[in-house]
Amino acid sequence: MSIVGLFAQLLAILLALALAPLLTGWVNQWRAWLQNRRAPGLLQPYRVLHKLFNKESVVAEHATPIFRVAPYIMFGCMALACGIAPTLSTDLPLAPAADAIALVGLFALARVFISLAAMDIGTSFGTLGARREMLIGFLAEPALLMVLFSASLITQSTSLAMIVETLAHQPFAIYPSLAVAGVAFTMVSLAENARVPVDNPATHLELTMIHEALILEYSGRHLALVEWAASLKLFAYSCIGLALFVPWGVAEAGTPLAILFAIPMLVVKLAVGGVLLALIETINAKMRLFRVPEFLATAFLLAVIALLVHVLLGA
Amino acid sequence: MLLLDWILIVIAGWLILGFAGIGVLRNTAFVARVLFPAGAALGMALAGLAFAGLLGTPETAVLAIGLPDLPFHLRLDGLSAFFLLVIGAISVGVSVFAAGYFRHGEGTPPGLMCLEYHLFLASMALVVLADDAYAFMVMWETMALSSFFLVTANHRVPAIREAGFLYLLIAHIGAIGILLCFGVLQANTGDYTFANMRAQSLSPLWASVAFLLATVGFGAKAGILPLHVWLPEAHPAAPSPVSALMSAVMLKTAIYGLLRVSFDLLGAQQWWWGVLLLAVGLATALYGVVFSAVQTDMKRLLAYSSIENIGLLFVGIGLGVLFNAYGMKALSALALTAALYHALGHAFFKSLLFLATGSVLHSTGERSLGKLGGLMRRMPWVAWLSLVGVLASSGLPPFSGFVSEWLLLQSFLFTTGLPDSFLNMLVPVLAAGIALVAALAGYTMVKFYGVIFLGQPREPKLADAHPASPLERAGLVWLGAGCVLLGLFPVAAIGLIDPVTQLLVGGGIAETVRANGWLLLSPSSPDRASYSPLVFLLVVSVAVLFAAVLVRKFYHGRLRRAPAWDCGYPAQTARMQDTAEGFGQPIRQIFEPFFRMRRELPSPFDAKPHYRVTIEDHFWHWLYLPVARLTAGIARVVGRLQQGRIAIYLLYSFVTLMVLLVVVKS
Repeated sequence: MSIVGLFAQLLAILLALALAPLLTGWVNQWRAWLQNRRAPGLLQPYRVLHKLFNKESVVAEHATPIFRVAPYIMFGCMALACGIAPTLSTDLPLAPAADAIALVGLFALARVFISLAAMDIGTSFGTLGARREMLIGFLAEPALLMVLFSASLITQSTSLAMIVETLAHQPFAIYPSLAVAGVAFTMVSLAENARVPVDNPATHLELTMIHEALILEYSGRHLALVEWAASLKLFAYSCIGLALFVPWGVAEAGTPLAILFAIPMLVVKLAVGGVLLALIETINAKMRLFRVPEFLATAFLLAVIALLVHVLLGA
Repeated sequence: MLLLDWILIVIAGWLILGFAGIGVLRNTAFVARVLFPAGAALGMALAGLAFAGLLGTPETAVLAIGLPDLPFHLRLDGLSAFFLLVIGAISVGVSVFAAGYFRHGEGTPPGLMCLEYHLFLASMALVVLADDAYAFMVMWETMALSSFFLVTANHRVPAIREAGFLYLLIAHIGAIGILLCFGVLQANTGDYTFANMRAQSLSPLWASVAFLLATVGFGAKAGILPLHVWLPEAHPAAPSPVSALMSAVMLKTAIYGLLRVSFDLLGAQQWWWGVLLLAVGLATALYGVVFSAVQTDMKRLLAYSSIENIGLLFVGIGLGVLFNAYGMKALSALALTAALYHALGHAFFKSLLFLATGSVLHSTGERSLGKLGGLMRRMPWVAWLSLVGVLASSGLPPFSGFVSEWLLLQSFLFTTGLPDSFLNMLVPVLAAGIALVAALAGYTMVKFYGVIFLGQPREPKLADAHPASPLERAGLVWLGAGCVLLGLFPVAAIGLIDPVTQLLVGGGIAETVRANGWLLLSPSSPDRASYSPLVFLLVVSVAVLFAAVLVRKFYHGRLRRAPAWDCGYPAQTARMQDTAEGFGQPIRQIFEPFFRMRRELPSPFDAKPHYRVTIEDHFWHWLYLPVARLTAGIARVVGRLQQGRIAIYLLYSFVTLMVLLVVVKS
């Protein structure tokens, strides 16, 4: 562990905390433009967060402490996820603490807590949201794990930093397994981040909402933390996807200059990724809830095929 | 004195406590205040001695009890010491809990209960110490019988008697398998000591026969497919401390037996044994977790979850066999470490959860998930400790379940190195199944916890629920601490498992793991894979703390309590929450072919709409009922012989006599 490494680590987390709402705002802006609407400002998510933090929190009378700690735990989990995702450099002091499998566990921990919190109030929507969220979770989690497994088998490591380093070093070649895994990862990311076609982040229609039903009872600072954590999750997923499938530009040498160079690269990649996400959300319709298992089973099968392709072809 | 002698003294102590219970048959206070706490102290002593035994050298002893010329051979080595540690450590928590639990006399008088309970503990300890087939079988049967009487403690209920008989039946199918397995292993020498069995080298065919018999025999006790049907019947029937012991410890003695036979006694292994265990294990795990997710009785849910965990253990052992068959000692040790870690972790979290259901049952008198809810406010201790168990059981970091899952997935990642091209293609794909099982376990546990402890009480009488007694809490705290410590200090815990893998495959991962420092768990090199639960916990806690402090510093900490909003619906009742049925609905829909389901749906015109769904196990109809029908058919045919008239019976005797005379004469 070096001083530069420590600095890069802190920078990565702070950058994620600062930039995550911007990414959400960017996606929302593009979504609006693509749908022929007038877009909210790029900084709208920050204004929303500021407003929510200023408001008082209203908590249901019979809520237990689980309801109140869950947003913090979710936020903490996502902060760590952004810390171990190789966003800027691969020389991260935190990277050995949690590898790709632990990352999946981290997302699961956050999901379990927020689902428990939703069940805590004991309303019809809360439990419904919890059930749906866990449904998507148990379908998406193995698919995500299999995607990471394919990358691990290619690079002989489950450490995210090592995976990215190895992939970035190899001469440019399209791995068939990684290509298939990339499609699976995109599908999982859409589901995990409550995006169309699985969920709609902008809906409050009772019959269709999943993530929104889950956090229906939150207000004030708790809601702000949940929203912030959700944008951190999108940020972490985007960074992991970029690191796995477009690894170039991440600083390998832990020099300050390389890290400074990595920042604009990351911003450019995220900007392009955000537009693509908005495009996917615009050209797809939200599917019925009971089509979602089919969608995610497809992702799971694709991920398993990626694994098989790698083992069979060695590529 | 040898360690083994001290261990025998502890076991004798358990027996004395048990028989003391007969003296005070109906004195609940004495049994609860004196005998059970004393049993817990002995359990602690056993755990300590077993810990010393793990570090020491193997010891043997011969006890001159039993039949003439057939003394009990006992042996304490790494494998038996590890399982003794499990028995001792879990029994501490369960006995302390039981001291607070058996306060009302129900069914069997408390003194008798105390005898059965301590006999059960002592027989389990002696099973793992036995060093010859005779002692092993005697203790195995004692264990089965004492647990049978414990299961049927409340024997006036017909359903409980039926569950008990089913358990006894399958336990004996298993016992036959084990007995035959020992018969094969002694290879016609007539010497049934384990030392002799180790010395024999069987032909591959006979070795496979012995292995298959052991898999069936121990599998019946462990609850693998299709011999699992007794588990969901017997566990809910038994009093909670007994379910906890059976699920957490007794199932592990079957794992012990499988490891002892397939690694220690059989020596050379064949690759397809590993594949068989992997396949059976994965099928069992998937079956268990899917059924667990749709249960509506909290103890049945946990029983199915135990089936799932046993499946995972079999998968770990199967990988260990597979690697070992190809001479890959270090990888075999890694897979076995994952399995043993899970055995230890499962013992802690499953006993914790079973005991918690016991507290809930005592406090509310209700076992059905559909009639519980909101108990966190009534029983905060039980609820918070159960949360630890639930998180460990879901395989979430930084608790114990995640460490074993992580190790297991890591060993799957190494299977591409297998020499057989067919295997190194297929086996990594099985990891997908493990991932699915782990994720479904999370679903099940959220349902279990959310429906019991969170939300609003679904029945008015839950308002009278009382918190658990101090002794119950103490037992739960002990087990919860185990889940947390096993999750946070995996490097130290792997040190405990190392002597076992050294004994079984002649290799271990503790040295590599220790070389990477106590903070970082890394089975090969940190570049390849690493995980540090302490750093994980630290970073998340720091982030949580920072968030909480900074929000209060820059903004405010104002909070207002108000009625739940729920999209502004004015009339909310507790019945609008998801029931256990509702929460399991997606699983029922997705995994429909797994179940044999019967639904009764109301029509729109029913004045009193009624909805009913029953879910049954296919295996009843595929395997058990045909066998039962066949047995009944044969019995009917044989029954024709019985006419109930003396003349007929005299005729039978006469004919038999004539036939015998003819045979003797010719």
